[in-house]
Amino acid sequence: MSDIFTTPKINAERIKRYLAEGKRLDGRSAEQFRDIEIEIGNVSKNAEGSARVKIGKTEVIAGIKLVPGEPYPDSLDKGNLMVTLEMLPMSSPRIELGPPKIDSIEMGRVIDRCIRESKFIELEKLCIIEGEKVWTVFIDIYTINDDGNMFDAAGIAAIAAIKNAKMPKLDEENKIVYGESTGKPMPTTKDVPISLTAYKIGDEIIFDPLKEEEDITEARVTIGMREGIISSMQKGDSAGLSVDEMNKIFKLMKTKSKEIALKIEKAVK
Amino acid sequence: MTAKKTEDFERPDGRGITEMRPITAKVGVVPNADGSAMFSFGDTVAIAAVYGPKKMHPQHSQNPEKGTLRCNYNMISFSVNDRIRPGPSRRSQEISKVTEWALEPAVMLDNYPNMVIDVHIQILQANASTRCAGINAAAMALAHAGIPMKEMVSSVSIGKLDKTLVVDVNKKEEDWEEGEGATDIAMSFTSNSDKITHMQLDGHITTEQLEEAMKLGREATRKIYEIQKRTLKDIEIMEGVEE
Repeated sequence: MSDIFTTPKINAERIKRYLAEGKRLDGRSAEQFRDIEIEIGNVSKNAEGSARVKIGKTEVIAGIKLVPGEPYPDSLDKGNLMVTLEMLPMSSPRIELGPPKIDSIEMGRVIDRCIRESKFIELEKLCIIEGEKVWTVFIDIYTINDDGNMFDAAGIAAIAAIKNAKMPKLDEENKIVYGESTGKPMPTTKDVPISLTAYKIGDEIIFDPLKEEEDITEARVTIGMREGIISSMQKGDSAGLSVDEMNKIFKLMKTKSKEIALKIEKAVK
Repeated sequence: MTAKKTEDFERPDGRGITEMRPITAKVGVVPNADGSAMFSFGDTVAIAAVYGPKKMHPQHSQNPEKGTLRCNYNMISFSVNDRIRPGPSRRSQEISKVTEWALEPAVMLDNYPNMVIDVHIQILQANASTRCAGINAAAMALAHAGIPMKEMVSSVSIGKLDKTLVVDVNKKEEDWEEGEGATDIAMSFTSNSDKITHMQLDGHITTEQLEEAMKLGREATRKIYEIQKRTLKDIEIMEGVEE
């Protein structure tokens, strides 16, 4: 394993030259994803729901824990939602041990917004006693191997884990009876939101970058979308995008998110 | 402890008293790492990834005499029933340290002055004996990374449930309350020199019983070693075919 943690300039130039001719290092087209593998419910039996997603060599796991707790003062009759993402040092030689860095925090928050703003989880159905007890939905995401486009892999894993989650059983005191799930799925809308990212390299827009391509990305746009409706968005990195480029991304997103949503729906069935 | 009592003893999951849960092992589970492995005892699943040897930073942490083995044990928040808050805990830090001590004697650290070998261990799913599964995965990951080792390290937990000694404790057994309750003894052995490089105990037990527990631990870790070795060899053969 080399100690150089960026993509060398010579490779960067080659990637750009290829892209200008519509080619990529691994032979894909600009908008084409690598193979996506979605495994449901196998990560941990002790989670209410879980998923493992592989996009090429990128791998991420997500798990759901449902815990009875106090509601927030501004939503006394609704469940709480909490999304965390940890970039494990295991997943890349570039990551050091220590408190979460800004990239994990940003990624966790962007996925949180995709789930929250799309109202995918029906939090109003997760109230146990109004003003006293509601379910807190913890969605925890961990990176296992980072070979680019962790943003999308993590989002897909979160959505798939939510679709897999079952409600735990409660006793008379509203404490969880472990080992006895109700078998009822956590309430969600039927259609799934998808958080996908478009990456700008030079004048080209690509999806699902390899690590080398991600390294030389000048700007990225992550969009949370369901059924053609955008409910969250984040423009990242420092380069600017023209209005035309933005419009092109919106258009591409519409087809891509439909395609990925179908994959998740197929996997959770 | 009489022989009769031992034979009559029924474990919660119906295993024989020296029977371990089904073991699965695999190497190469983290492609980015220099070496990696998965090891599971039944529902307890650990993965480990090794990065290094690489230069130790900051410089003042370097040891000019020999390399440093740095282990990091962590449980995934949803690996257990009650969600674990992400980030290091007192427990995980202690286990990281004893894991280092368990593995260090087997690794030829003298070859790597001023360097560090990072071992990252994640418990994906927990049903007791997580530190043992972690040590087994870590030892395999080190070998998979091609780091020179004198021998392997294999780890198992021996339990005393009431008066009976059992091999490879699960969660139900860890919480045993009848009679004398549960005693949990995690131990790790080196494969050739037969050294105990790790031992921890919670509960109460006589020295005679502990002597017997060590014997059971030695036998079980021999079996684990065979699985570790076979798994590492299989991958070598497979890689050979590919070339």
